[in-house]
Amino acid sequence: MALFSSLSERLNHIFSKMTKHGKLTALEIKEAMREIRVALLEADVNFTVAKNFITKVSELAVGEEILKSLTPTQQVIKIVRDNLIELMGGENQKLNVSPKPPTIIMMCGLQGSGKTTLCGKLALKLKKEGKKPLLVACDIYRPAAIDQLKVLGKSIQIDVFERGTQNPVKTCKEAITYAEKFALDTVIIDTAGRLQIDEKLMDELKEIKKAINPTEILLVIDAMIGQEAVAVSKAFNDALDVTGVVLTKIDGDTRGGAALSIRSVIGKPIKFVGVGEKLTDLEPFFPDRMASRILGMGDVLTLIDKAQEAVDEQTAKELERKFKENSFDLNDYIEQVNSLKKMGGLKSVLSMMPGLGGKLKQIEDQIDEKALERNKAIIQSMTAKERANPDIINGSRRQRIAKGAGVQVSDVNQLIKQFNQSKEMMRMMKNPKAYGGKMAMIRKLMGN
Amino acid sequence: MGIFKKFFDKLKYTFKRTELNDDFYDELESILISSDMGVETAMDIMDELRDVCKKKLIKDVERAQIELKQLLIDKLNVQPVEFDYPMIITVVGVNGVGKTTSIAKMTKYFLNKKKNVILAAGDTFRAAATEQLSNWAEKLKVKIIKQGEGADSAAVVFDAISSMKAKNNDVLIVDTAGRLHTKTNLMKELEKINNIINREYPEAKKMNLIVLDASIGQNSIAQVKAFKDSVNIDGIILTKLDGTSKGGVVYPIINELHVPIIFTGFGEGVDDLDVFDAENFVNKILM
Repeated sequence: MALFSSLSERLNHIFSKMTKHGKLTALEIKEAMREIRVALLEADVNFTVAKNFITKVSELAVGEEILKSLTPTQQVIKIVRDNLIELMGGENQKLNVSPKPPTIIMMCGLQGSGKTTLCGKLALKLKKEGKKPLLVACDIYRPAAIDQLKVLGKSIQIDVFERGTQNPVKTCKEAITYAEKFALDTVIIDTAGRLQIDEKLMDELKEIKKAINPTEILLVIDAMIGQEAVAVSKAFNDALDVTGVVLTKIDGDTRGGAALSIRSVIGKPIKFVGVGEKLTDLEPFFPDRMASRILGMGDVLTLIDKAQEAVDEQTAKELERKFKENSFDLNDYIEQVNSLKKMGGLKSVLSMMPGLGGKLKQIEDQIDEKALERNKAIIQSMTAKERANPDIINGSRRQRIAKGAGVQVSDVNQLIKQFNQSKEMMRMMKNPKAYGGKMAMIRKLMGN
Repeated sequence: MGIFKKFFDKLKYTFKRTELNDDFYDELESILISSDMGVETAMDIMDELRDVCKKKLIKDVERAQIELKQLLIDKLNVQPVEFDYPMIITVVGVNGVGKTTSIAKMTKYFLNKKKNVILAAGDTFRAAATEQLSNWAEKLKVKIIKQGEGADSAAVVFDAISSMKAKNNDVLIVDTAGRLHTKTNLMKELEKINNIINREYPEAKKMNLIVLDASIGQNSIAQVKAFKDSVNIDGIILTKLDGTSKGGVVYPIINELHVPIIFTGFGEGVDDLDVFDAENFVNKILM
């Protein structure tokens, strides 16, 4: 999830240079803007979009006010950030719901943009929200596309409606009748991937639209798309008047400049982002959060959302009490590892932390997600007594635990050492004054 | 298509200018950037063009155009790859770039060359990937070695090599799970497949080909780099050139990473595959 991290690294670099200078000259702003432009282009922001963005931001930044300001860097960041948010559409936009069920959601996009997987992700999300979705397989061209949707549907226990390679328009109509009959309230239609210049296939989409009048027509775009983003989204929008966009595959080291380009060109909101290969990896798109992320300001809001989903309130309160009493034991540690996993793993959490910016890559390289799993296995090989009171773990117990978990005794030792260290840390956080020097050091390490 | 005119239209427009001034070069640079070539590469090529034009005392746009075309062709020329049999081709790439379709096309290509081809369904991760490849195998009447979803892909490859040896097949093409290159465990799996191939059939010619989608931007560079970190990459299959995408991103890939393009794909039919030809590629860009 190092989304935009390369861009934020660059901007951080530019702005850190500016910070050192203190006040900015018009020339320095010009230089910074040039570097921002290069960074945007390297992030695959469309050439014209980047140009317009820079022109706009430059005009705002070169103003008298900025030059006389005491913290010009902060102001430039604010201008860039505000404009990024505006460029990406302002606020998060939810899915439209039809007043008369079923709500019909139709996917469209290029081949390989991730439509079929997205159908599964969206269906699962809606199911969790209490909806009754139906998946409709209309990709009659790609071999095994229908099978793929059927396998996906089976894995999340959602009905998949298919009529083989029958005309998709007919299949869609039948699917809606089917949904009405069985009181399914949301119909998600997977269509075949196609090139925006393939008139025959584009006509097919228009016919489907005309026949079933979808509530939502979502254009699915690979976040890694290059300068083509604009031509593709424009052509699909011209043909279908889409209602929204979903960016997929944003979990590589995708710079995702497409997010910046699309909205400004077709004027339609990005509604979701696909962030991973698992079916739960779908998030709403928040332009403000994304802009913060671009600028290396972290994405605390998404982090909080995820934490709330992963940890229920009671567990959290219980944990807080234990932190306070310093009675945090290895059972709680397992609980923590599990929650962390639910939140998408340590790396994913770290990528949303503010203030890490350029350091993120460094830290990421040192993280071994497997170590968490190994630690879990070690703890699970302990008796209840040992978990509650790790101090009793002597040499022979260590050997038994190591055997049980299939690890070396040194791994067990390391875990216990780590656990004791984190307990020590918690003690310090509880009473920072007594540990003034050490705390300052930790803060420094954290980059604050 | 408004501002998104084809490369050549833009070039023609640009070359209507009669003078080789800064505006001319800036405009040309923006055209190169719009082909996904990347800012740095585009700037480098512009510098080179300036030098060439200066050296050869070129002052008119027509001759500058010829020079640019030659520059673009020269940059794509790297050592061509030789096919040698028996050969094992492992096809890698991220999700959705067109790996399976490319495998079908390559199968057809080798069948046309009267070679005996066998396939290994090594993508045991994506739902229905095996079915997709099996469908192709059936259509092309070639043997496919497969196991169920979630099976160990290295085991599939092991079986395929045994079968290949027994039947004296000329070419084995291995499909692998589309992986985002940031997922280390999937990359490890790829290393394992490579190790199996090296161990089980050391005398076969081995080739790892990466499939790149021409519509993807600068991320393609990161993809090649990441795959190169875990396995050797011998060449590129550049797909989806039938759209309006220019695939200019191969320039920085070839220049920095020295990985040649072997095949280009331009459609969904099994015959929509060409052996890469630098001049054709640039001609297509300019047409």
